[in-house]
Order: sequence, then C-alpha cells, then structure tokens
Amino acid sequence: MTQNKLTAVVLGAFALTTLSQCFTKKKDEGKRLYEQHCQSCHMEDGSGLKGLIPPLASADFLQTNRNNLPCIVRKGMSGTVTVNGVEYNKEMPGVESLRDDQITNLLNYIHTNFGNNNERYTMPEVEKLLQACPRALN
Amino acid sequence: MNKRNNFKSGIAAAAFMLAASAFYGCNSGAASEQTLPIYGERETVERTVDGKTIVDTIYHHIPDFAFVDQDSQVVTQETVNGKIYVTDFFFTSCPTICPKMKSQMLRIYEAYKDNPNVVLLSHSIDPTHDTVAVLKDYADRLGIESGKWHLLTGEKDSIYDIAMKYLVPAQQDGNVEGGFTHGGDFMLIDTQRRIRGHYDGTKEESVDQLMQDMQLLLKEQNHDTK
Repeated sequence: MTQNKLTAVVLGAFALTTLSQCFTKKKDEGKRLYEQHCQSCHMEDGSGLKGLIPPLASADFLQTNRNNLPCIVRKGMSGTVTVNGVEYNKEMPGVESLRDDQITNLLNYIHTNFGNNNERYTMPEVEKLLQACPRALN
Repeated sequence: MNKRNNFKSGIAAAAFMLAASAFYGCNSGAASEQTLPIYGERETVERTVDGKTIVDTIYHHIPDFAFVDQDSQVVTQETVNGKIYVTDFFFTSCPTICPKMKSQMLRIYEAYKDNPNVVLLSHSIDPTHDTVAVLKDYADRLGIESGKWHLLTGEKDSIYDIAMKYLVPAQQDGNVEGGFTHGGDFMLIDTQRRIRGHYDGTKEESVDQLMQDMQLLLKEQNHDTK
C-alpha cells in the first residue's frame, strides 16, 4: 500500500517534470546565453563600449563575417577589427563550453535583435562552420 | 527552530523600525536636509580646552597616496584636495564586470565633466600590465580627459593597500577569468577623504542613486566651506 503510494508519487513527479520541460522557454535560450556570456561587455542593448568594445547593434561585421561568427564565439578573437567604420583592438575571450546548438541559438538571437535583421542560421550550417574552426585563433 | 528564527527576525525588524523612526525623528527637526552616512570605523578622542573636556570623533579616512595617471601625471591627495570624488578598481583586460562599470562611470563623467569640484579615480589592480601607455590607449578609446577622470597605475602593493582603505575587495586570483577578483563597487569620497557612499557600479539604478548623493554631498561641502 505504502509502496503503491510511493510509486504514484514518483510517477506523478516524473510526469510533472516531463510536462514542464515542454513549457520551458527554449526559444529564449539565445537571450539567456547572451546575458550570461556576452552582455557584460557588449551591453544590454548591444551597443558595446565607446572605442573599446565593438557594438553588435546594427553591426556590419555580423553580415560581412557571417561564416566566421560561430568560431569567434567558441574560440574568441584578438587583433584589430573594424566595425561600422571604427577600429577596435581588444581581445575577446571565446566560450569553449557552448554546444553547437547553443551557438546557433545565441547567434540567431543576436542576428534578429539590437536592430539587426539578418538571415538566421540553421544548426547544420553552424555545425559545418564549427568543424572548420582554426585550432587557435590566437 | 523555524518559528524561533521568525520570532527573532521579528524582534530585529521591530528594533530596526524603532531605531529608524527615532533616527528619522531627529533628522526631521534639522532643516529637513538629508545627509549621507560616514562609513568605516571611528574613534573618539578626548582633549581639554580651557579646562573643559571636549570629545572629538575621528572618522576613517583615506590616507595620503601617490599614483600615476594615463598622462604620466602624478596623482596624490593634493589632486583631490577640496573636491569630492568617485573611485573604483578595475583592469583593462578584464573580461567580466569592468566594461559595465566603465559604461556607468562614463555617465558620471558626462554629467560632471564641467564641474571643477568633482574628480573620478579608477585604479588598475593589474598595474604590471596596465602601464601608462595601456591606460592612455584605454582613455583615448573611452574619449575621456585625464584632468577629470584619472586612470591610475603604480606600485601593486600600494594599490591593493589603498583598496582596503576604500573598503573594496581586490585580489589576484589565478583561478578566475581574467586572473583578478574585485568588486564592482563605486565609492563616494568627501573633501575630508571620508567614505560617504557605496554603490554597485554595474547597476544603473545604483549609479542613479550615486549621482543623487553626489548632489547632496556637493551641497554639504559647499555649506562647510562658507
């Protein structure tokens, strides 16, 4: 009897957690990752910081370097870079821990927010680009 | 156990409210002007004047210092003499909270750049890397003038020592991203080099409060000199 009850409780809990999975805001993953990994430098509105940190908002770089972006997110970048006509030179750390699907979500969030209206990535596209990352960009 | 805790915190809250109302009661009588607290330890010293004992309160204050800014100018207590200032600790290669702190400090800079009674001091906690040249480049890219906002480098020990005097955490730590840990604190210092406010330099609301408090402090100091 008590065991039955226990089973029922366990099953109930399992059903609940499974169900709630369906309602998690998966589509907000890009936003969440942005806040976690990018926002402290690129700012809440993607504006960057003066001549120190390049903007993501309405940034031409996103379009001209579309194929490099997945690797830049994962491996980081250093050296000079020109964004919207301004030259920047500050190392950006990569986030090696992000999976391919997370990078896809993150990039799609950036590409469709902050005044950007660029074509979205598909996951196969990002996977392919990531396979071709140089070993180390530094 | 839980109940007891609740009870305890209830008492604490009641005590706090009582204290707060008592404090409020005192304050409202005095020209209804708000004043900022004075942070840090204080001690009282007795002295005798004309046979009467007078008790003086000595507040925690920032000791004399000497650092170098982005223009190779030596910045000391003389630089901030008669002025109020906002100070923080950062490093130029900081990958975490510094950019946000600097974007908030820029707001203060923009608001007070024409006020001769306000100075901003940002200390690098990575002075070996953050040389004058590195700080100069950083300042140029931020578009700031050194006369108002000094980015400071110097002896590492002196910088970490003075961080303690500002009651701000700062330490070297190989285990964290960037290699240093530090708080995102902005401290507001008065003309007597006493700490009058403590804010979160990564939060816009907190910096809004700081700018309001600066107005109060400027008014107070203006009053004092008259």
